[in-house]
Amino acid sequence: MKILVCISRTPDTTAKIAFTDNNTKFASDGVQWIINPYDEWYALVRAIELKEKDASVVLHVIHVGGAESEAIIRKALALGGDEAIRVNSEDQDPQVVAHQIAQVAKEGGYSLILTGKETIDHNGSSMGALVAEMLDMNYVALATRLEIEGTLATVHREIEGGEEIVSTPLPLVLSCQKGMAEARIPNMRGIMAARTRPLKVVDAYPFASTTSNEQFTLPPPKAGVKLIPADNPELLVKLLREEAKAL
Amino acid sequence: MPVLVFIEHQDGSIKKQSVEALCYGSAIAQRAGTTLTALVLGTTSADLSALGTYGVNQVMQVNAFTALSDTKAMANAVAQAAGSITADTIVFSNTITGKAVAPRVAVRLGAGLVTGAISLPDTTNGYRIQKNVFSGKALTEILVKSPIRVITLQPNAFEIVHQEGIATVTQHAFDIPASTITVKEVQKSSGTIPLAEAERVISGGRGLKGPEHWGMIEELAQLTGAATACSRAVADAHWRPHHEHVGQTGLAIAPNLYFAVGISGAIQHLAGVNRSKTIVVINKDPEAPFFKAADYGIVGDAFEVMPKIIQAVKELG
Ligand SMILES: Cc1cc2nc3c(=O)[nH]c(=O)nc-3n(C[C@H](O)[C@H](O)[C@H](O)COP(=O)(O)OP(=O)(O)OC[C@H]3O[C@@H](n4cnc5c(N)ncnc54)[C@H](O)[C@@H]3O)c2cc1C
Repeated sequence: MKILVCISRTPDTTAKIAFTDNNTKFASDGVQWIINPYDEWYALVRAIELKEKDASVVLHVIHVGGAESEAIIRKALALGGDEAIRVNSEDQDPQVVAHQIAQVAKEGGYSLILTGKETIDHNGSSMGALVAEMLDMNYVALATRLEIEGTLATVHREIEGGEEIVSTPLPLVLSCQKGMAEARIPNMRGIMAARTRPLKVVDAYPFASTTSNEQFTLPPPKAGVKLIPADNPELLVKLLREEAKAL
Repeated sequence: MPVLVFIEHQDGSIKKQSVEALCYGSAIAQRAGTTLTALVLGTTSADLSALGTYGVNQVMQVNAFTALSDTKAMANAVAQAAGSITADTIVFSNTITGKAVAPRVAVRLGAGLVTGAISLPDTTNGYRIQKNVFSGKALTEILVKSPIRVITLQPNAFEIVHQEGIATVTQHAFDIPASTITVKEVQKSSGTIPLAEAERVISGGRGLKGPEHWGMIEELAQLTGAATACSRAVADAHWRPHHEHVGQTGLAIAPNLYFAVGISGAIQHLAGVNRSKTIVVINKDPEAPFFKAADYGIVGDAFEVMPKIIQAVKELG
């Protein structure tokens, strides 16, 4: 079985969010870049676990982005990817990115494609569904557990107010979240091995974008907290009811 | 050209988020001088003609549709419905289902996709929609360049308005290949309000010292019709189930009221809750970072303050 894990590059969760170039670009000065946590902790680690259980599993990692992403790609290889593909495209339109992944996936004949549930920068949560549609595959979102038996996958997924267990044939695209696996730290052996594992760079596949990110803004600052004396919680309840209309 | 809104329904009622999507779709349709159609997949005991009070002209219902866990089949149905009325705007709510189906519809229709919209389209210079990015720490404006657009509306971002009207309900049958996804089991946490949909959320952090102290969180939640949530530290310590964990790596929520007790307000926690309309923080440390993101706060010991708040809520009815 061939598995493809999609990884995105995002600012570290504590990064200061600011913009440059007339608020059209994220200010990346001094920002530490990481693999999008959902992609790494859940999608990638679950794929590694499947590979550990079944030595015939081949695990590839794909990233759509520029050369500055190689550090995070090497980390994915250090954690356990066999091979990585970077599609050299800077376009941010989700469908353009999905098209790159779908093209690579078509050529590679993967039976399982994993993404994280969303990226922590764009918060689009659309990548898995886009790729699935482009490949005419089944897609299950927000998976918290995955077991594979032959060509059948059993997936636990979050639904509103609960959980659902579904069974679906492969090939399959899955978006992964908490529950799928536990985050890991690369070990020395992995880091050494990652240096020699193939990282293939391919040119972008042409695809016309339908959206673009025009102008960032920071949300207006809060007016400031209204502190209520600890011995007068009645006032808090009153304000919540009458002023904030929140009760 | 017409606007199509995808409706989610459960146990005989239309989801509140879908009603918000309808009101949003209605505003778009009115400005464009066009009609609003709602699409309902499957059967429901809800009175669909009453959707007219949200501006719907026509409800298309696909009674025979059962594959409500199959994003491929659902997208196929939505795309066929959109095609049949030549809709140029297809609106979903940015819910679990909306997020999973809308992108597929966009691909099918060659449409531009905006997920998590928080504003009506601004058409003075192209077609621009605002959405949250960086987990609520910033906003961006997306320019949509395609003639057809698929939009998912962020829950709690658009006000529900009532109008006069009755919608006509028509039955449809679409040709959709049989689903290959089988639902084996559904587990619902019964009796509690689902966190993602809750208007009010009472949340506890490590400051509560242990799971045995959650009684006051649950009591206040019950009194105010709120859902309960927790910080990641609490879920990691197994004091509370993981599905209650909110924040950057948990659920992102935007209720009308977020009431945080004994939570420090780490940046990753704030990322999941800072879109809440009103934030209340109870913390014994006046320097807790959460106060900077709060609207109301009490500096005090939760074990002393919470019983008094519960008492006050009871007394004020
Ligand atoms: C990559 C990454 C992702 C993360 N994602 C998330 C996430 O999604 N969600 C999340 O919540 N966290 C997340 N975290 C963890 C986050 O950084 C914090 O560690 C966590 O939120 C702390 O939880 P807490 O506020 O409950 O506990 P603490 O930080 O221990 O805070 C406890 C608070 O309770 C107060 N307190 C103590 N006793 C009392 C009392 N008697 N009465 C009133 N107040 C009292 C204290 O003053 C303190 O402010 C993430 C961290 C990382 C690195």
